[in-house]
Amino acid sequence: MAIEIKMPALSPTMEEGTLAKWLVKEGDTVKSGDIMAEIETDKATMEFEAVDEGTIAQILVAEGTDNVKVGTVIATLAVEGEEVSKAPTPAAAEDKAVEPEKQEQAAESGTPEPHLVETGARQMFEAAKHDAEVADPEVPAGTAMVKLTLREALRDAMAEEMRKDERVFVMGEEVAQYQGAYKVTQGLLDEFGETRVIDTPITEYGFAGVGTGAAMGGLRPIVEFMTFNFAMQAIDHIINSAAKTNYMSGGQMRCPIVFRGPNGAASRVGAQHSQNYGPWYASVPGLIVIAPYDAADAKGLLKAAIRSEDPVVFLENELLYGRTFEVPQVDDWVLPIGKARIMREGKDVTIVSYSIGVGISLEAADELAKEGIEAEVVDLRTLRPLDRQTVLKSLAKTNRIVVVEEGWPTCSIASEVAAFVMEEGFDDLDAPVLRVTDEDVPLPYAANLEKLALISAAKVVETVKKVCYR
Amino acid sequence: MAKAPARAKSEPPKVNRERPDEPELYKASKEELLELYKQMLLIRRFEEKAGQLYGLGFIGGFCHLYIGQEAVAVGLQSALDGEKDSVITGYRDHGHMLAYGIDPKVIMAELTGRAAGISKGKGGSMHMFSTEKKFYGGHGIVGAQVSLGTGLAFKHKYSNDGGVCLAYFGDGAANQGQVYESFNMAELWKLPIIYVIENNQYAMGTSVNRASSEDQLYRRGESFRIPGIQVDGMDVLACRGAAEEALAWVRAGKGPLILEMKTYRYRGHSMSDPAKYRSREEVQAVRDKSDPIEHAKQLLEKLGVKEDELKAAEAAIRKQVNEAADFAEQTPEPEPGELYTDVLVESY
Repeated sequence: MAIEIKMPALSPTMEEGTLAKWLVKEGDTVKSGDIMAEIETDKATMEFEAVDEGTIAQILVAEGTDNVKVGTVIATLAVEGEEVSKAPTPAAAEDKAVEPEKQEQAAESGTPEPHLVETGARQMFEAAKHDAEVADPEVPAGTAMVKLTLREALRDAMAEEMRKDERVFVMGEEVAQYQGAYKVTQGLLDEFGETRVIDTPITEYGFAGVGTGAAMGGLRPIVEFMTFNFAMQAIDHIINSAAKTNYMSGGQMRCPIVFRGPNGAASRVGAQHSQNYGPWYASVPGLIVIAPYDAADAKGLLKAAIRSEDPVVFLENELLYGRTFEVPQVDDWVLPIGKARIMREGKDVTIVSYSIGVGISLEAADELAKEGIEAEVVDLRTLRPLDRQTVLKSLAKTNRIVVVEEGWPTCSIASEVAAFVMEEGFDDLDAPVLRVTDEDVPLPYAANLEKLALISAAKVVETVKKVCYR
Repeated sequence: MAKAPARAKSEPPKVNRERPDEPELYKASKEELLELYKQMLLIRRFEEKAGQLYGLGFIGGFCHLYIGQEAVAVGLQSALDGEKDSVITGYRDHGHMLAYGIDPKVIMAELTGRAAGISKGKGGSMHMFSTEKKFYGGHGIVGAQVSLGTGLAFKHKYSNDGGVCLAYFGDGAANQGQVYESFNMAELWKLPIIYVIENNQYAMGTSVNRASSEDQLYRRGESFRIPGIQVDGMDVLACRGAAEEALAWVRAGKGPLILEMKTYRYRGHSMSDPAKYRSREEVQAVRDKSDPIEHAKQLLEKLGVKEDELKAAEAAIRKQVNEAADFAEQTPEPEPGELYTDVLVESY
């Protein structure tokens, strides 16, 4: 029986990729460890190695084919003693260079589905796919929209600001030659050169300090952390050096710097790589903290962050990097810092969230609509300063609030929203403010436990019903 | 231990690459030396007064005096180009500001927490800045100024402005991890920076050899290929000479350099430190034998400066310091509204 060689998943969230190149041809013998093909995703190019020994019987997906679904049979391997010509042929094999649309057939004709473990991160990732019509007053009617992934939007924001202002530069681990650990800085080295796109050693405390010092000296650094988990090593400079200096110097010494990178839970990476630092930084006077959900906000707010005279912590979400959103096609798309956005209008309940929680809230709102509950979804976008007015205005309309946060409950943004809503909106409340947050535990690795620990649309639906007394 | 050991005791590492020359004593003219003397004396008198005001309750919190170390800041900073070069230091920062010609009144008023202070009274002793003079603080976290200073050097190189950063830190800070992260990047990127280790021999109460596996701190850059020079930090002309050599090295694009300044602080680590970890005799011996101001005075006398002239200089400095103290005691505290200003630059 020939062995089926399937399109591999390079990451827990990868669904499809490009079969860039075959390095073997039919009739070649391979042994374990031989590189058979190059697979590309929007994040990375990987070499695909053989595991079993044998002879390549058939190549079923031609090189250069895009959108090859994970698990698709891309080749067959005849094992020793087997006649290559007699290798049983899968359905699609008659057409050797399978067109992408025919892969579906291959998948349908008995190829087992790839092992997609149902995890909390995957669940969040799926929910956050939500493509709702959003009510956004900022885009003039008739503006053309372009589809961009979140990472492209972030890259464009940096590139545009770097073109405008010589003082802007990017530094961090793998930002230049590697093109970004998550490919957010892709292409910047080519355009701006190594003086402005700078690979650092693995030395977070050091390069956060170097960036902060350069900002004090008059430059406009963008410091990328491979993830904000690693910024724990550098938090002293973010808080003690960057955030406090303007105040301590009586307004004399500014620190216009952007610290950016992915934040929050990724997929199955365990406790040390899965944490939301939004509440940490948002508690510090002197910092601006931004955590966008979609690509348009990411672009417009990152541009604003780079232009700001203040130090900004810009929290991205790894699960969303590859997600495509519509971004207004205007020359200089800059959004105001400190303004929340109504993502969906509703009259029965307000769901307040930010970052990936917004996608989950929109998904939940769809579910709730089916049951006759019209939820208004507010994306905070900026965590410090917090746009209380937009939240309170929505509350005045709906009289009920649920806060959704992919992060721990204790001393969270959700706690903060609950507090100010109680202080300033008490008379508008018809029900207690409830929170949907991650469980109060370090994020576990096991798929089932991870799923239990993270927020989900179902949990939001359930909680919203409670405040609606339904 | 007390006296800065002679240079000859510490063998330089084997030469396997280009190294800076051994610095020479700076050949100051009479006028130059008199100016250095006056600056050192201003720092001494200013710090004595600050200690007094602290005792009277005018100055609060932490207050780290520079008495004994004057030759370092004065000698080094006299070699800088004020238009281009930048300076950054830790919390023992009064002396560095005075050496940069910043008005003693606004420094003293900051110490007393007044609106007229250089940070509007919101920074205090450890957090003072003058971007106009390219003095970037005044940082309270031990060692933070080393990476921040490396960032200033990065800026000099990025903007190609010809400037050099002088980043001061103590023997205690020399054990912080970020110092070595900074050394690595500075040498890797050949940044124009002089790392100045002010080795006053005690990190608060811990002597250098109780805290440092390599107590010859000028060697601390070796594994990053950063050369180091040990300097008699009690001799202002040695300090100035070392600065000249270091600046020549850095300005030539050869990357960073470490100067270990062997010095001594006469007072406690801060005003709240009784300094029980060393004997009174030890301190007295340094005062008697190695005082930087006394040493400069003797040199001036040899150069023919009359005692009257020195006395007149001393009187003028006392007057200046007293005026600064009076100003700092009398000028008003910040308005309550200042509480909320300068948190952010922009409004959102």
